[in-house]
Amino acid sequence: MEDIEMYKKMLEIRRFEEKVYDLFTQNLIPGTMHLYIGEEAVAVGVCAALDINDFITSTHRGHGHCIAKGASLKKMMAELFGKRTGYCKGKGGSMHITDKSINMLGANAVVGGAIPIAVGAGLSCKLKYPERVAACFFGDGASNQGTFHEGVNMAAVWDLPVIFVCENNLYAMGTRQSIAMKVHNISERAAGYGVPGVTVDGNDVMEVYGAAKEAVLRARRGEGPTLIECKTYRHKGHSRFDPAKYRPEPEVEEWMAKDPLILFKVKLLDKGVPEEFFQKVEGDVKREIEEAVEFAQNSPLPAPEEALDDVWVVQ
Amino acid sequence: MREITVVEALNEALREEMRRDENVILLGEDIGRYWQGAFKVTRGLEEEFGPERVRDTPISENAIIGCAVGAAMTGLRPVAEIMFGDLVALAMDQICNQAAKLRYMSGGQVKVPIVLRTPFGAGGSYASHHSQSLEAWFVHVPGLKVVQPSNAYDAKGLLKSAIRDDNPVVFCEHKFVYGLKGIIPEEDYAVPLGKARVMRKGTDLTIIATSLMVTRALNAASELEDEGIFCEVIDPRTLRPLDEETLCNSAKKTGKVLIVHEACDTGGVSGEITKALVRGAFYHLDTLKILAGKDAPIPFAPVMEKWVAPDEERIKKTVKEIVA
Repeated sequence: MEDIEMYKKMLEIRRFEEKVYDLFTQNLIPGTMHLYIGEEAVAVGVCAALDINDFITSTHRGHGHCIAKGASLKKMMAELFGKRTGYCKGKGGSMHITDKSINMLGANAVVGGAIPIAVGAGLSCKLKYPERVAACFFGDGASNQGTFHEGVNMAAVWDLPVIFVCENNLYAMGTRQSIAMKVHNISERAAGYGVPGVTVDGNDVMEVYGAAKEAVLRARRGEGPTLIECKTYRHKGHSRFDPAKYRPEPEVEEWMAKDPLILFKVKLLDKGVPEEFFQKVEGDVKREIEEAVEFAQNSPLPAPEEALDDVWVVQ
Repeated sequence: MREITVVEALNEALREEMRRDENVILLGEDIGRYWQGAFKVTRGLEEEFGPERVRDTPISENAIIGCAVGAAMTGLRPVAEIMFGDLVALAMDQICNQAAKLRYMSGGQVKVPIVLRTPFGAGGSYASHHSQSLEAWFVHVPGLKVVQPSNAYDAKGLLKSAIRDDNPVVFCEHKFVYGLKGIIPEEDYAVPLGKARVMRKGTDLTIIATSLMVTRALNAASELEDEGIFCEVIDPRTLRPLDEETLCNSAKKTGKVLIVHEACDTGGVSGEITKALVRGAFYHLDTLKILAGKDAPIPFAPVMEKWVAPDEERIKKTVKEIVA
């Protein structure tokens, strides 16, 4: 993926999430939501290092992963509206968006729940698709789950092609990292499983991409998993109307000044990408999102009894 | 025709399905060449199929099932063994939140064809962490099929169907059913999920029994026949989906039903079977009784352990009370 395409993907995520927040506050979207604003460089940096055939698993904060992997904004938005045309026909919502056609195995609303699932996808890669890898996104909080320990260890002993991507946004809901673990860098935990662990600036998309590329190459060579910790920050609260008052002002200001989109734009400008590109891409993304909202709003609701579809595979 | 044990029947089912479909793989603790499974169900399979397809895992129940789920979503058909039924508690998120729901939550995009095999049941003084009957937990979760074979023929045929099924299947194997011998045909066969089996015909009373209790019910029925009481014995074989029709047809015929399972009384599948009978045979029912395990964890001392589960004597006594 070219760097300007990466910028566009990051912008798509940012503007999509801003629109979702806007629609949510107007009560047009039910339930809850966990916005990815501020963390765009992680999903885009990692997915830029993957092919469409590679698998990913995601989290409750999954919109960014979907968009970065290439999901349709229309089908995502329709799902958020609970419409029949959504990815999950209205049965999953924000926290369960899945797109099998691009090997996006699903957002997952159990913290750490998808970690062993990514290990299983890695096992399929090893046995069935030796050219493929699986990338597993999860948060700092999930690294305290048993599934993290069990999953990384299992992938390690079997040399599975899995890239464990820890999005360390410093807070598990309202719990600061230092309250929940002794280590400062979650990547240090990799040593306990005998696999490489690296910490990168999760707001620098090219740094994330570089680490992901190396881990993907390593995995494709059959050398096993890597743990990449991406230090980042969410610009919004954990969910819904969380004002995130538990975060000190200076810390928030420091991270807001490291906005991944602005950092990347400055780099691209330095590289000679013209200002017109940014204006054009802003317009393109705005239009795509408007089309997605229109699609969602004009789509039919599911019939109530469709709640019984897809419980079973009927053979 | 051959006479083999349930363990041998299960082993044959795994071996034949692995030969038939290279996507079938096995995961579990000590299932490989060194230990061959805690109860030897996987004997010789690593030798035939190699360590890539027969994988000894770390002691990580949640990751065993989670790994099976992820592998199933991406094209494999894993059969995962949890060494003792009680230890499924360590994997409940992956079974009940992931395996059971991922197809639904994805709007039907993915399927999760896994089989979770687990030995359960009391009788060996293994005490409370290695003996409970937990099948009812899984019956309560939409998206999971639940199977409990009582004999060698059904064990082989049901496991083959479970492996070929595209839904997640929890396959509960009683440790004291493992050694029971039965007649198996030479040719390939499968027993469909969701079909009960009439194990013995009778006219006076219907005994609906599961797993090891089927053998005890058959023994009791045989002795009761000498006293002029003719019991019909039915094994549901699959607890979800439950073959309500076969159960109700027998209840309509006899009007008297005794449900027997080893799992403790409160919250057991007897409640579901009762619901099916009330729904489908209410006006034909004269008497309905439940003989289940006592409401206690499984104790260690043999004298107590024997007492908490229904046995032939208690079945006979209850039948006589009903028909008196």
